[in-house]
Amino acid sequence: MVTEARRPPVPLLAYRPSLTAIFGLALVGIVLVWLVLQLLAEPADFVEISLIGVTTGAIYALVALGYTLVYGILELINFAHGDVFMLGGMLSATVAASWFGLESGQTGTVVWFSIIGTLLISMAFCGVLNASIERVAYRPLRGAPRLAPLITAIGMSFILQNVALAWKGPNFIEVVDVLPHSNVFDIAGVSYAWNKLIVVLITVPVLILLLWLVEQSRQGKAMRATAQDMDASAMMGINVNRTISFTFLIAGALAGAAGLLYALYVTNIRYDQGFQLGLIAFTAAVLGGIGNLPGAVLGALLIGLIQAYNEGLSKSEVFGITVPAPPGGAWTQSIVFTILILILVFRPEGLLGERTPEGA
Amino acid sequence: MARRRPRGFLDPVRERVDVLERRVLGPDATPVKRATFNRALTALVILVLGALIFAPLYGFDPAALLAWLVSAALYVPPWESIPRVGRFVRPVATLVLVIAYPFYFDSMFTIPIFGPFPDIATGVVMLVFAMMAIGLNIVVGYAGLLDLGYVAFYAIGSYTAAWFASVQFANRTVHFGSVGIGPTVPGFHISIWLLLALAAFLSALVGVIIGLPTLRLRGDYLAIVTLGFGEIMPQIARNGDNFFGTGFNLTNGPNGITPVDSPGFGATLHRVTGGVLPDNYQTALNSDNVFFWTAVGLVLFTIFCSLRLRDSRLGRAWIAIREDETAAAAMGVPLMRTKTWAYAGGAFFGGIAGAYYASFKGSTFPGDFFFNISVMILCMVVLGGMGNIWGVIVGALFLTYLDREGLANIGAWLNENLGLNIEVPKYEFGIFGVILLVVMLFRPEGLIPSARRKAEFEEGVHDQPLYDVSH
Repeated sequence: MVTEARRPPVPLLAYRPSLTAIFGLALVGIVLVWLVLQLLAEPADFVEISLIGVTTGAIYALVALGYTLVYGILELINFAHGDVFMLGGMLSATVAASWFGLESGQTGTVVWFSIIGTLLISMAFCGVLNASIERVAYRPLRGAPRLAPLITAIGMSFILQNVALAWKGPNFIEVVDVLPHSNVFDIAGVSYAWNKLIVVLITVPVLILLLWLVEQSRQGKAMRATAQDMDASAMMGINVNRTISFTFLIAGALAGAAGLLYALYVTNIRYDQGFQLGLIAFTAAVLGGIGNLPGAVLGALLIGLIQAYNEGLSKSEVFGITVPAPPGGAWTQSIVFTILILILVFRPEGLLGERTPEGA
Repeated sequence: MARRRPRGFLDPVRERVDVLERRVLGPDATPVKRATFNRALTALVILVLGALIFAPLYGFDPAALLAWLVSAALYVPPWESIPRVGRFVRPVATLVLVIAYPFYFDSMFTIPIFGPFPDIATGVVMLVFAMMAIGLNIVVGYAGLLDLGYVAFYAIGSYTAAWFASVQFANRTVHFGSVGIGPTVPGFHISIWLLLALAAFLSALVGVIIGLPTLRLRGDYLAIVTLGFGEIMPQIARNGDNFFGTGFNLTNGPNGITPVDSPGFGATLHRVTGGVLPDNYQTALNSDNVFFWTAVGLVLFTIFCSLRLRDSRLGRAWIAIREDETAAAAMGVPLMRTKTWAYAGGAFFGGIAGAYYASFKGSTFPGDFFFNISVMILCMVVLGGMGNIWGVIVGALFLTYLDREGLANIGAWLNENLGLNIEVPKYEFGIFGVILLVVMLFRPEGLIPSARRKAEFEEGVHDQPLYDVSH
């Protein structure tokens, strides 16, 4: 009788959200309402800003995938990754200008072949660079406490920055402006320039290639096995060291591709930009669920959009309501890092990640 | 199974000494005899090396000779074997040497390559950074949590001093114990001594606030969250002159807050003590010296707190968490609370250091709080030896010296003698990167390791890989 009385009442809803979940959803809800109001106020501007966001997001996706690949296999935040990306951009700028002799405003098929050539060189260089970093700075510490490789990663990042500083100096370097700025389309006040579309056009096949590599190929299978259990895959005859090197190679190649696209799209680059951009890309990877490839792309697109909205939208009015302006470009980093902290607090496994026993 | 370690550069020497010792003393000498033999040998080596190095370089410069004799007298004889007072000889003598530094530094000799001894203003900065490094050591060295945003606490400390001891909030006029400020000057003017405490508690509070949601994350996530926090802080400082367009001026933006009031004891105490206690530090005749001695006092306080914390129940819990979190939790160590205290403890000293530094410089700028500074402080802890307070202090003094004077001197020497033309200070952080990398690869326990930390690094983590990683 007594036990019967103590039985807890059956909840009305089978799913009972926790307090933090409610709070998190409320935050997301407020932002969504604000975005919808902005869309209604200035539809053409809003769509155009979204397209800019997708373009930036595509570049972030390439970098974020590098973080997520490495984290998936070694559980290591490769702080040097952003700087590999930056060096890729600088190399691309140099190769495009001095080897292929491109000049700003140049057109014709030779430009396309040169861009493809630069892309391949940059990818190869960054891939080898990233794999060598792993060999020098991370592999000797694989049995050490987790703190150790993180500290060498920071050290490596500073070393790469200073290599670029010694190479190109402390100022922004100009990159040849060869991507055409003419519009792909211009409908109802929404225009989209070729240089943005080309970034997306180069990103998509690279992403598909990567997905195929990881999901279908033999080496990809080895990567996934190593990520799951290093010791077990070693016992199954997988060469763990080679697989890890291969992962770093792929991650570096992606960073190289991103470096080229960034250099051509933004047309200037500085030695310390890689670290900042790398942190944003890392946030994207965490947002999507670190270790999860589609998640990294999704997170990167979201971060790209958030950045574009923050920097592009302004105060407007709709239905007599004044829609407040976002904080603006000076606060982009703070917003991105706040998102990072909020994600880690409310949903540490990310949007598409799985909840791990360690709780991320 | 111990992780295979690269041989240290002193290992061959040590082996030779062992062979020599066995030959001289025979195979079964008592430990006491062996210790005496080792000491005698060390003394001999120091004397010979000193003679070899100092004689040709300085041509029997009396200052160099004196410095060599004093250090030999201090570190070669077995002072600690004197009962009761013996163990105080070296610390007290070192302290006396440090306190007397302003009186003899400019008559010291010039160190080859490094140039002259650092001046007193540099000494103050070195001590301030030593304080921060000891604070970070609580988080990284004791509790084993990687904090990449330590500069945030330094910033909070600096801005606390700047807010409450300047004309920043000019629509209020509050004076309490400030020195050298007219009674009608607008703004908050609180005594710096109180602000040191306020900054410490405010930083610790912020440390707890950041720590509570994030400390349940695993180590590397914590690193990235602290990094993010360390990046947000300077951005707030930079954009804080017009908060989100509200017109509220919190930090005065990129112009920084200046001037910040000076510490001091006021005219009454100055008179009563016969001029021993300065009434106003910034206008005192020996301004740098009094800042230096006060900094020595603050560092001593930090060392004392840090050592007592390490040996307390809380400190042992930190070390338990560092060594094996799961085992510590199983033994009943409350993980969250213990980690949060580590965070707060580290932040506490960062806050004091920041406030004191702001008052020394008389200003606070958002540009002082970049990520680079966090890495520099981390580099001090790693280089000196995580967990060992003496190592951390040596690392902090050395790296801050390099940052302020050393690199410029070394660069000048290199360019003059090797015919190069490199701007060495420009590559400061690359050099710090190399230090981080080399120390972690070849001597992860740091230059002056704590025995316990060294054992951890040699033993490695418990899930040893089955495959060989050494080729």
